[in-house]
Amino acid sequence: MTTSTTEMPTAGYGASFLRGLKSFTLLRESWVGMVGAFLVLFWITVAILAPYLAPFDPNSSIQPFAKPGIEATKGGGTFWLGTDHIGRDILSRIIWGSRTVLIYAPLATLSAYTLGILMGLAAGYRGGWVDDVLSRIADIILSFPVLVLYIIIIATIGASGINIIIAITFASSPGIMRIVRGLVLDLRNRDYVAAAQTRGESDWRVMLIEILPNARGPLIVDACLRLGYVIITIGVLGFLGLGLPPPDPDWGGMVNETRQMAMAFPHMTLFPCIAISTLILGFNLLADGLREISLRD
Amino acid sequence: MNDNLEPVLVCKDLCISYYTRAGEIPAVVDFSLTVKPGETIGIVGESGCGKSTVAMAVMQYMGANGGIKSGSITFKGRDLTQLSEDELRRIRGAEISMIYQEPFASLNPSLKIKTQLMEVPLAHEDISKDEARQRSVQMLADVKLPDPERIMESYPHQLSGGQQQRVVIAMGLLSKPSLLLLDEPTTALDVTVEAGIVKLVADISKKFGTSQIYISHNLGLILETCDRVFVMYSGEVVEEGTINSLFTWPRHPYTHGLFSCIPLPTADKNAAPLKPIRGQLPLPFDRPQGCYYHPRCDHFKPDVCDVDHFKMEYVENSAADDHRVRCLRYKEIDHRQDTSDVEVKESLKLGKRVLNVDGMKKYYEVRDNSLKAIISGKRIRYVKANEELNFTARESETVAIVGESGCGKSTFAKVLMGLETGTEGEVRHKGKDISEIAVRDRSDKQISSLQMVFQNPFDTLNPSHSIGAQISRVIKKFGVETDKNKIFDRVMRLLDTVKLPRDFYFRKPRQLSGGQKQRVGIARAFAGNPSMVIADEPVSALDVSVAAAVTELLMDIQREHKTTLLFISHDLSVVRYLSDRIVVMYLGHILERGTTEEIFSPPYHPYTEALLSAVPIADPEVTKREIVLEGNLPSAMKPPKGCPFCTRCHRKIGDICDNEPPQNQAVSERHIIKCHIPLATLSEVAPVINVPDESERIHTQQ
Repeated sequence: MTTSTTEMPTAGYGASFLRGLKSFTLLRESWVGMVGAFLVLFWITVAILAPYLAPFDPNSSIQPFAKPGIEATKGGGTFWLGTDHIGRDILSRIIWGSRTVLIYAPLATLSAYTLGILMGLAAGYRGGWVDDVLSRIADIILSFPVLVLYIIIIATIGASGINIIIAITFASSPGIMRIVRGLVLDLRNRDYVAAAQTRGESDWRVMLIEILPNARGPLIVDACLRLGYVIITIGVLGFLGLGLPPPDPDWGGMVNETRQMAMAFPHMTLFPCIAISTLILGFNLLADGLREISLRD
Repeated sequence: MNDNLEPVLVCKDLCISYYTRAGEIPAVVDFSLTVKPGETIGIVGESGCGKSTVAMAVMQYMGANGGIKSGSITFKGRDLTQLSEDELRRIRGAEISMIYQEPFASLNPSLKIKTQLMEVPLAHEDISKDEARQRSVQMLADVKLPDPERIMESYPHQLSGGQQQRVVIAMGLLSKPSLLLLDEPTTALDVTVEAGIVKLVADISKKFGTSQIYISHNLGLILETCDRVFVMYSGEVVEEGTINSLFTWPRHPYTHGLFSCIPLPTADKNAAPLKPIRGQLPLPFDRPQGCYYHPRCDHFKPDVCDVDHFKMEYVENSAADDHRVRCLRYKEIDHRQDTSDVEVKESLKLGKRVLNVDGMKKYYEVRDNSLKAIISGKRIRYVKANEELNFTARESETVAIVGESGCGKSTFAKVLMGLETGTEGEVRHKGKDISEIAVRDRSDKQISSLQMVFQNPFDTLNPSHSIGAQISRVIKKFGVETDKNKIFDRVMRLLDTVKLPRDFYFRKPRQLSGGQKQRVGIARAFAGNPSMVIADEPVSALDVSVAAAVTELLMDIQREHKTTLLFISHDLSVVRYLSDRIVVMYLGHILERGTTEEIFSPPYHPYTEALLSAVPIADPEVTKREIVLEGNLPSAMKPPKGCPFCTRCHRKIGDICDNEPPQNQAVSERHIIKCHIPLATLSEVAPVINVPDESERIHTQQ
């Protein structure tokens, strides 16, 4: 028996920060995951440093139809990626636009996950009529084509940041619910759940503290993939004119506004598209890397 | 057996390694074995000792990362390690067959048995379909399956586990192999079914002349099936010999340790407690210098055992001339001496009644939505999981509930814990009826006084939370302590009690071995000072040496806390060893209950008799009467009209058994037998297990 003096732990359940750090070191072993993490971190840095990185004001009209690399005629500076039809610097708009995407996409995903997890836990753990009702609601929502659903919701409640979050939550939480429900159906038969039940723990405690942490592996991977889809969705909504109201920069909106000039001035649509693609690719590769690690452990 | 015959299989100085990211892992070191025609070799050892790796190497089926590093495997004069994949395919299944642990995983669920059986001769021999079919039917009859024609037309899921394993054995024998490998063929089966399979395996070599390698962790099964035994430890053979010589005079301290871990039918829990082997099996890349066993050995001598690795040597003056052992000090060690210095533990005085089960019934409703059921109006049917349970348990008493899977023992535990509610009758715990109160409606005190130890060590702890957090949660929840520091102190004391290091507080379950997890499970159950603990097969998933330690621990804590222990098990030898009273269940009914001595001596219920006969006993001098039950456990949806056991009973007396439910017959006040056979007749039955007197034993005379 060791007689080492053991200290009081600072937190009973938790201490997840160190674990997060450890899984990041593990990520280094998967180059796919590393590339993904690099792309994502790149865009996060860009979004944080936007005021310092952007050479021009993203919303002011300076010099229309400038090709990439052209010097500004007055005030100095170079339009590295050119300007659009009303003379706004595309590089600055992409840099500021990353903020829109990186604020609304994670918020929308988080909100969809919160609802989806709660519904999935209730459906999987309680079963019976709770499961029947929740599953049928999910079936109904999932039977709509997603795009039609977005258009109906945004058209009804109006286009704004918060409404985008509401629409995405509404449309994607049923899918998350199904994943969670499946995981819970397996986990609820474990002996440690029975142990918690036999000491009279409340249902919510069993669901949130005994079951949910053990479902985190597949959920984290799915969250990364879903973040990618949400970015596409925000882009698509912007493209359809259902995104953020102008003039704030929004990658999808930028493509929409300039698509008629794409033949003559490809740079106006190409660069925002590249921005969207790299960020989505980043999240997808990160998800692949995380899955690879979770399979290994 | 003829010694002049060419051996079937010779493994010489075999070293097998697995190559992983962490580097080379030597799984088996320096393994030599000779199998003569018709001989059955047993390989015994704990999990992780390399016994399955040997079988896979013989099949040359190692997977991508395994390889034979040195040595040779010669099968009928051909070196298997040198053969091409094509030549190997002709040998596998035709000349060497293998039978795996789980029969349901070995059969293809979407093909009929006949397709799967006939495939074997069709693939290996040039014969017609009719002939293949004929041979298959004949083989099914040879493995003693009733109605082979019907089984040929069945799908695997229509057969019971025992029948499936017989089909798998038939499949293995169909091509008349010279060597049959059996890797724990009965581990997934019930005891009475196991007894049948073991008898079949023992007859195979006589009937077909097939050589066998039988891999098991159970010394008792090895004794019943094999001619020679190899004891493996950490990738190497530590002792080999004939059954008689090795079981009577085990030479290696590890072999001896294994025997001390098994409760023999003579053992008494107070006078002769089990002696678990301390420590753990070393990891393959972490083996100690010298003898691999020395850190756990009681006879370790510095500068002798921990210097060099050494070879096996022949035992001098042995009764059989091919008894070999890998120990430098075997001549000096006198195993008889260390049996005398075990501490004798005091037997407990039983207190007042804690649990009183009176006429408890539990039925599950099953809705049948088939057209036939709707027309006949029988929409709801009942699964009678528990039928009229009556028994009592006192303070400090250990009551065992014994029966095969599906007998309703786990259902009873669920009702007791409040995870299910009883249908009828009473379960009084400390005078209060709790059978109809679900756990969420029970008071904290009721909940904390009834706790449970679960079966599966890999499932009993939540992998997401630390050990400390999981134990302190129980203390907090039951309000044993409220102050943070006091809770912490109490967890530390509990860790001491279950003999785990204190820094396990911060560990996660995945950093623990199976035995350690089960100890944490016990600590958690006792954290709230329960008056009664239900242990649902707490050691059945553990290795013998670990199981012995956990069993002893459970009993020590029980002694200290005067807890009532309800021990659910299918293993009668463990039950015999630790319980005061036994309840034998079958199909939801209690067929017999009484004290341990009463259950283990006549009069028996015929089912108890069969259960006793099925217990494998690792002692060649103990003789058993052989009773093999025919048939399967009937479905709980359609139980027999009369006695529940009438379909399989070997002592059935006539129509009365089929038509009338038997009454309880009282042998003494607390010994009840539920049977139609008069007690006088049952009393005349000879004992199933015969243990020779201490003075008649061979090993004490030497």
